[in-house]
Amino acid sequence: MTMSTLRQILVALAVVTVILVVTTLLLLLGGYAVETALAAFWRGSFGAWYAFTSATLVRAVPLMLAGTAVAVAFRAGVFNIGAEGQLLAGATAAATTALALRSFGAAAIPASLAAGAIAGALWAAIAALLRARFGVLEVISTIMLNFVALYAVSYLVRGPLQEPSHAYPQSASIDAAAELGRLPGMGRLHVGIVLAVVAVAACGWALRQTAVGFRFIAVGESATAAASAGLIDLPATTMQAFTVSGALAGLAGAIQLLGVTYALYEDISPGYGYTAIAVALLAGLDPWKVIASAVLFAGLEAGGGAMQRDAGVPSTLVTVIEALLILAVLGAQSRRLRRATPRALPARAERAI
Amino acid sequence: MSDVFAPFLAATVRTATPLALAALGEVVVERAGLINIGLEGAILAGAFGALAGATVGGVAGGYAGSILGGMIVAAIFALFVVRGRADQIITGTALTLLSVGSTGTLYRTIYGQSGAALTMPTSAALRVPGLASIPVIGGPLFDQPPTTYVAYLLAPLLAWWLSRTHAGLALRSIGEVPEAARTAGISVDRYRTLAILFGGALGGLAGGTLVLAQAGTFAESMSSGRGFIAIAIVVLGRWHPLGVAIGALVFGGASALQFAFQAKGWSAPYQLFLVTPYVLTLLALAGAVGRARAPAALGKPL
Repeated sequence: MTMSTLRQILVALAVVTVILVVTTLLLLLGGYAVETALAAFWRGSFGAWYAFTSATLVRAVPLMLAGTAVAVAFRAGVFNIGAEGQLLAGATAAATTALALRSFGAAAIPASLAAGAIAGALWAAIAALLRARFGVLEVISTIMLNFVALYAVSYLVRGPLQEPSHAYPQSASIDAAAELGRLPGMGRLHVGIVLAVVAVAACGWALRQTAVGFRFIAVGESATAAASAGLIDLPATTMQAFTVSGALAGLAGAIQLLGVTYALYEDISPGYGYTAIAVALLAGLDPWKVIASAVLFAGLEAGGGAMQRDAGVPSTLVTVIEALLILAVLGAQSRRLRRATPRALPARAERAI
Repeated sequence: MSDVFAPFLAATVRTATPLALAALGEVVVERAGLINIGLEGAILAGAFGALAGATVGGVAGGYAGSILGGMIVAAIFALFVVRGRADQIITGTALTLLSVGSTGTLYRTIYGQSGAALTMPTSAALRVPGLASIPVIGGPLFDQPPTTYVAYLLAPLLAWWLSRTHAGLALRSIGEVPEAARTAGISVDRYRTLAILFGGALGGLAGGTLVLAQAGTFAESMSSGRGFIAIAIVVLGRWHPLGVAIGALVFGGASALQFAFQAKGWSAPYQLFLVTPYVLTLLALAGAVGRARAPAALGKPL
């Protein structure tokens, strides 16, 4: 076993320990039955095969795609906080496509997945254009676009896309032939997880091994250096990062629709696009590690749901733990940074590092 | 005319008040060269602080609680960003997430069953004698909750402070060239920490206004993006307190249009009204940014 794998295992263990300790503390503070809650948490996340496949891994699918979307963007210096909106755009496009191609059977699947990815990319491209043309900070624009996407879906499922009986705020269900099949012996887990892992792995490979990936990372490390080196078209690279990121998030929405919900409705994502930020940061913005990080966060959310059902603990507790995890990562990073840059250094040198 | 205009103006000022408060605080933060995306979290923490404070100490306790709530979030931001030199965008995002989670958890744990949140004290409108009697505009402008007057006073006061006082100039120099400010003997970290705390207090007060003077209760995630809109208003107002106040009024007016439409009997999908502030933010940013100039060191760690 090499040193770096050993270190990674230690880091993973530390993360799990921190989660356990913090959760226990928060439960104690809230006056909840700690043992009942933790037992429910374990049963609902990793402790039982059905829960692991049907709850945890099913949730991990959108999280690993959206997490990679965030990771790729952040690596390229693009602060895409809009995975949620891009995911909704992808789900909407996938639903529309699958419903339009009803008579085409399983051929609707690739078409819907492609439509989802394209819609996500286009939704992200709005923020990319706003930044390129008008210098609008993408942090703000992508968040605004999340709200716009949410209300657009809310309108669509009560208006043009509403199911024929007009009784429920949701679209009609897609054809059974257009659904992503389930994996044998894995409960509700669907083929989408294979697609997701392949897509994430492809991104991990592309970031490390291809010229496009190199350009993303070069621009993310130092846009000015990348531009003055003369080999990198800065606006084009930024636009690519936005669209690749948006396409991944859009694909997450499409797979969620074809594999889990089968119809479009407002609450199709319980904030996957926001959790994805935590997923990506914990993974150190490395797509390969995003897979593990997504499973961990999916387990957290699945377990949180079980804690709420069985022990009455608010499921929002999981959001607190997620936020604390991000802050812990930031804290660890900044301590490392401070060690590397003693305060006595002149300002310019400090900034150069 | 005035039967539509006066309610419209009143709704404009009402909607603009929390946005103006939050944005005025963020102006000071951004003039110090920082961008606090966690403002959304500060507003939400302020909203919860208002509920907690009001159930204990009435309306005054509510406002105090809201300021405290916002400052707690701001203090964590300062700890990570000023002391830890952590990334501002990621820290702010994490803090918003932390606020959403912790206020939701606390709310459900403390008030979930009791329903105390439904019978909390609320902040009545305060009529300014004399001014409120001005025909047409008097009522809408001067028959508002106390925090509206805080915003009225703060906008010119901050404009004066930023351009006419030593401390204000020092703060702005930090936002432009922090290295030079430090060389000139200005304590960059102290100014930035205080600016962040001030911004947090105003963000909290914005949340307190939502709870105490508008909704009359707390709801999970009730800030619904106002912190991000406030940050956009700072850009729209060109990092100037008076510009920001006008920007907040423009936003308030756009949101208040729905009341005017309803009064006229026009109908449209309700999502169209809900989505207006967000679309408007995007359009305003696209229109404003090209011409305005941000503090040079905005968002960069020192």
